[in-house]
Amino acid sequence: MSDENLSLELEKLCIHYKRHDDLLSFIKKVHEKCGYLSPENIKNVASLWNVSVGEIYGLTTFYVFLSTKPLGQNVVRVCRSTPCYLENCDMVIETIEKKFNIRPGGVTEDGKFSLQLVSCIGACDQAPAMLINDELYGNLTPGKIETILKGL
Amino acid sequence: MPEKRIVLENCGVIDPSDINTYLSRDGFKALEKARKHMTPQQVINEVKRSGLRGRGGAGFPTGLKWELCTKSPEKERFVICNADEGEVGTFKDRYIIQNDPFGIIEGIALAGYAIGASKGYIYLRAEYHYLRDLLENAIEQAKTKGFLGEKNNESFGIEVREGAGAYVCGEETALMESIEGKRGEARYRPPFPPEHGLWQKPTSINNVETLANIPHIIFRGAEWFSQIGTQQSKGTKVFSVSGDVEKPGIYELPMGTPLRELVEELAQAKDLKAAQVGGASGRLIPEEKLDTPLAFETVLGAGAVIVFSKGRNIIQVVRRNIEFFAEESCGKCVPCREGTQVMSDILRRFSLGQGTKEDLTILEELSNAMMLASLCGLGQAAPNSVSDSLLYFRSEYDT
Ligand SMILES: Cc1cc2nc3c(=O)[nH]c(=O)nc-3n(C[C@H](O)[C@H](O)[C@H](O)COP(=O)(O)O)c2cc1C
Ligand code: FES
Repeated sequence: MSDENLSLELEKLCIHYKRHDDLLSFIKKVHEKCGYLSPENIKNVASLWNVSVGEIYGLTTFYVFLSTKPLGQNVVRVCRSTPCYLENCDMVIETIEKKFNIRPGGVTEDGKFSLQLVSCIGACDQAPAMLINDELYGNLTPGKIETILKGL
Repeated sequence: MPEKRIVLENCGVIDPSDINTYLSRDGFKALEKARKHMTPQQVINEVKRSGLRGRGGAGFPTGLKWELCTKSPEKERFVICNADEGEVGTFKDRYIIQNDPFGIIEGIALAGYAIGASKGYIYLRAEYHYLRDLLENAIEQAKTKGFLGEKNNESFGIEVREGAGAYVCGEETALMESIEGKRGEARYRPPFPPEHGLWQKPTSINNVETLANIPHIIFRGAEWFSQIGTQQSKGTKVFSVSGDVEKPGIYELPMGTPLRELVEELAQAKDLKAAQVGGASGRLIPEEKLDTPLAFETVLGAGAVIVFSKGRNIIQVVRRNIEFFAEESCGKCVPCREGTQVMSDILRRFSLGQGTKEDLTILEELSNAMMLASLCGLGQAAPNSVSDSLLYFRSEYDT
């Protein structure tokens, strides 16, 4: 999207979310459109919403689903809380690390995948579990992970 | 005591994407009954008499919370359904939303009627984004049938708001900050939400499971409900069981059921060493205390039960718990921000066999300080499993 189209689009979104008084959804939408919140995006959002840049920056850094650095096209979030730890979430993390040659917090060189370690995602009955983008995957095994990643 | 389904009565029976299947099981009858035959105060009285207490962890009496909202002269009021479900080991709200979203909607509408709210919000955690369409579809259908929205002169509407990944946003005041588009940091209290809640307006915030109980209470009456459970804990509780069990999953039991029945008979734990009740901030119950009844007067929390078998190293488990809090502390108050960090370092040393006697003393002192001085429940409850492990499994800390 060209810069001009983008800023037009952001303006439209802003009007919509202002009507609902919903800044967080607005930021999430911008995040979704741009893949992350660059300093430029943050400035734009701040001026559209009429608040300080600091406020938007503070918000962005507070929530783990928002990032100020570019993310991969697919964000893999592996749960590492106690129930998943008991079911060997370290295996899940290692399998993905090896497959993509990345570390938690990193992005693959081709920009396709990000790996993040997160707290309980409410799927402890299917531990070990992970989210890829908005999709939940549970009862993971090395083989299953392989199949899931291939399918993306 | 066998399983008893109240909240989960419709789960697996109705089609969560079709309101007609809910209606055919007396769905929305409670709302109709309330709107046609009961005053808002009568609804509140019924909930008060039922003895229902909040299922989100703190166990505050629901009817009383609602009544406090009506005491405010402020006429614009809100209901919030807390679907943030961030407590480690908890997944019952997910299950309820997935299987019976209409019961929650009816509960929210009843709460709205009782406190005179114009609007209800469902705050859904970002991790549950995959449930959003189902939930919004259910709201839309309830609108079409005239239970919500503009038809029938009914102005009460429900909107879904989504989080962006922060455990502390499940805490009621942090959650309100988040809806208002701010960092989800807990507020200083008082004033409490029934007085100054969302956008400073009187607000009742209730957990998904709490609200899912409401239609049953209004439809069948407080007497029926209050016969189930114990002296101080009425009704049933929905438990999320995970960890070292054959059958992890969701179980609904009358309040007061012994922990042993849940983990050994139903979830089929073998060689149990301990169970943690209430998530990462919950209490560690060693095997010899497994007959403890599950209720507010003993242990309960939001009903997360994580089971550890004999082969498990308790220090490792507790360390995982504390790392979670160190990660999720919002950083606003010092005892929680620094305390979780220091504990996490000490527990790492112990898990490497390098802990000292002095470390043990610090762990104990820090636990007490954090419980007393943290701003919100996160920091206050974070040390629970540390102090319980020192009490019941001290030998594992051998220095
Ligand atoms: C750190 C922290 C996290 C919490 N997370 C949740 C949560 O995810 N879901 C929830 O219903 N209540 C949560 N609570 C409890 C809420 O603050 C509040 O008591 C509850 O939503 C009230 O509803 P209830 O009375 O129906 O339980 C949390 C509390 C604290 C201190
Ligand atoms: S601990 Fe991993 S989903 Fe709950």
